[in-house]
Amino acid sequence: MKKGAEILWECLVREGVEVVFGYPGGAIMPVYDAMLNYPIHHVLVRHEQGAAHMADGYARVSGKVGVAMATSGPGATNLVTGIATAMMDSVPVVFITGQVHAHLVGGDAFQETDVTGITLPITKHNYLVMRADEIAEVVREAFFIARSGRPGPVLIDICKNAQIEQAEFVYPEEVKLPGYQPMTHSPRNLLDDAVKLIEKAQKPVILCGHGVLMSKAEEALMQFAVKTQTPVACTLLGLGAFPASDPLALGMMGMHGEAYANMAIQNSDLILAFGMRFDDRVTGTLKTYAPNAKKIHIEIDPSELHKNVYADAPLVGDLNTVLTDLVPLVDEYDHTEWLDQINDWKNEVDSRSIMNWDDNGKLQAAHLVADIWKATGGDAIVTTDVGQHQMWVAQYYALDKPNRWITSGGHGTMGFGLPSAIGAWFAHKDEEIWAVAGDGGFQMTAAELTTAVQEGANVKVAIMNNNFLGMVRQWQEFFCEKRYSAVNMITPDFVKLADAHGVPARRVTKREEVNDAIEWARKTKGPVVLEFLVEQEEAVYPLVPPGAALDEMIRRPVKQAG
Amino acid sequence: MQHTFIALVENKPGVLNRVASLFRRRNFNIESLAVGRTENPEVSRMTIVVHCPNGEVDAHKIEANLYKLINVIDVQDVTHQPSVTRDLALIKVRVEPERRAEVNGLAEIFRARIVDVAVDSVIVEITGTEDKIEGMTELLRPLGIVEMVRTGQVSMTRGVNDGVRRVPGVNGHRVDAMTEMLAMTP
Ligand SMILES: Cc1ncc(C[n+]2csc(CCOP(=O)(O)OP(=O)(O)O)c2C)c(N)n1
Repeated sequence: MKKGAEILWECLVREGVEVVFGYPGGAIMPVYDAMLNYPIHHVLVRHEQGAAHMADGYARVSGKVGVAMATSGPGATNLVTGIATAMMDSVPVVFITGQVHAHLVGGDAFQETDVTGITLPITKHNYLVMRADEIAEVVREAFFIARSGRPGPVLIDICKNAQIEQAEFVYPEEVKLPGYQPMTHSPRNLLDDAVKLIEKAQKPVILCGHGVLMSKAEEALMQFAVKTQTPVACTLLGLGAFPASDPLALGMMGMHGEAYANMAIQNSDLILAFGMRFDDRVTGTLKTYAPNAKKIHIEIDPSELHKNVYADAPLVGDLNTVLTDLVPLVDEYDHTEWLDQINDWKNEVDSRSIMNWDDNGKLQAAHLVADIWKATGGDAIVTTDVGQHQMWVAQYYALDKPNRWITSGGHGTMGFGLPSAIGAWFAHKDEEIWAVAGDGGFQMTAAELTTAVQEGANVKVAIMNNNFLGMVRQWQEFFCEKRYSAVNMITPDFVKLADAHGVPARRVTKREEVNDAIEWARKTKGPVVLEFLVEQEEAVYPLVPPGAALDEMIRRPVKQAG
Repeated sequence: MQHTFIALVENKPGVLNRVASLFRRRNFNIESLAVGRTENPEVSRMTIVVHCPNGEVDAHKIEANLYKLINVIDVQDVTHQPSVTRDLALIKVRVEPERRAEVNGLAEIFRARIVDVAVDSVIVEITGTEDKIEGMTELLRPLGIVEMVRTGQVSMTRGVNDGVRRVPGVNGHRVDAMTEMLAMTP
């Protein structure tokens, strides 16, 4: 016989869990008490949201299931933003929360919250465990559900009595989930439909989403793209799944996507959507979206098919499996004319690119991203917060390798950058890790700097300080006649703040200091903060205004270029 | 248009909540929902009637989203399948003793039954399709309906084999539906 809390840890060990991010409290104390006897490292965060993002970052780079833990009531509700973040980006994280005694449930006991109720729409599945003998089966199922099919967060809310009571520990060899059988293959007749569309296409474009990374379909995607000579545009979360330096790469699509990627999509006659969900941030208005294109949509989640965009050939299944089945069925094609056309669009960009600006003495966040890219050989693991800097990293930290890019896409969660970087470090302690954040978002979870210190997490934080909530400011500039409302922000002295945490830090105000500072940060062991005082009112281009067609972009004016 | 779904779900606490929450979250309106036990104690059965403004496309969304719930074992859209559909209503009508015969007569025509008689009222039980119950209600209304309750529609397809046996998740029917949708495009 074992205590429920011990059964929990036994199960976590068997699931291969190395690290748990969490914060203790009354309703989960028995779990923390039992923890000391198990070989799993616990990271004590400073706010439960941090724990959620760390587990998320860990899961995204490692491909394993992340684990975050909190007490009932406020502990659990502090996790909520992080759970929703993982849900929107399909990240496998198991959340474990303590709950009041089973006999008190429903009675508004101290720190009782209906956590399974709150998290129902933001988890792939959740459990309320009231007895110790349920724990083993539930944990086994939770990990299985989190990582299989379309991955996602699963929450286990465990009543305190279930943690304390004894039960026979039997680790279930198999999971019995009669209602859960994710589809892997697509039927042959549907593959044939797709092949016919590919045959007819003159101007095809591949839209590469997060699903490519999650099903490890990078190889198959490359084979398909090269064999059919189809250019590849990536969603924000699909970046890295197809090498940015490949001649067929179009970079990012969508609201702040490359102009030529958006032009290619709008002018295409066939869209091949691989593991992506036609979010409004990548389509612009649906009324005029890729009007002349047939659509092939490969997705593991059938509910994504026809959700936003009607698919002429919907293929359900694991992307890698379906693509691997598809590659031998398609012929080799040569789309020179189409690729030339795209190249013309590409060449036109040079005259507008911020990268070709002369030095005007001011720091541009976009340039800094490029500088970090150069210094790290484009090889670091990079996390971002949310805002303008996030888009500049997406645009200028050109990725050739998968699973090194961590950003909150679907939920757009400010405060994500630093904790997700710390989580990533636990998965790859030998790698270089950079967290790029705005001054606004950094302050949302800045308390996790201490966590980084306590753990010796080797993460380099670059704060792009524009003294504004930059992205909102830009929208107010463009769409509210520059009426700035609640976007101007006083920031603390970030160097002193870092110093107070015992984190080495430098402030950079001039271009000539940039490379030195980056090299210093890279050489310095442990967490480091670089604060860059950047141009305050710079804008991210291109921008597809809300409600506009994907190719109705606001472009960077040519005359601005140096 | 309205679509009727039959969902077999695990008989566990909270499953009804998951299903109901799904419809709200995905912005569909439930017209009626009936839940009950089945021949298998581990399985409950739901008949869900939903308003689908975009026809088949909405029906596909609903089916696929229901399947995403871990506790949902099987989903069938029986809208276009030969099936038996029933709703049960209890209708309390205010009647003086001398006019009871009138109610009796109506009940007979609709093959309804009077299941309770009080001094000032009777309770009529009627089983049937939506139309039949509406019809009866309209005729009883002038007499004075005091209160009324309906179970919501329950449905069952005809025959032992409904023609489309499906494996949950690897869903032959679902693929059929998509092929249908393909055929529908201009
Ligand atoms: C938690 C949260 N609150 C609000 C927003 C809305 N929002 C999106 S971008 C942004 C501005 C971010 O400013 P900053 O962190 O300074 O980054 P910048 O845009 O200047 O690079 C805001 C407020 C959000 N995405 N997340």
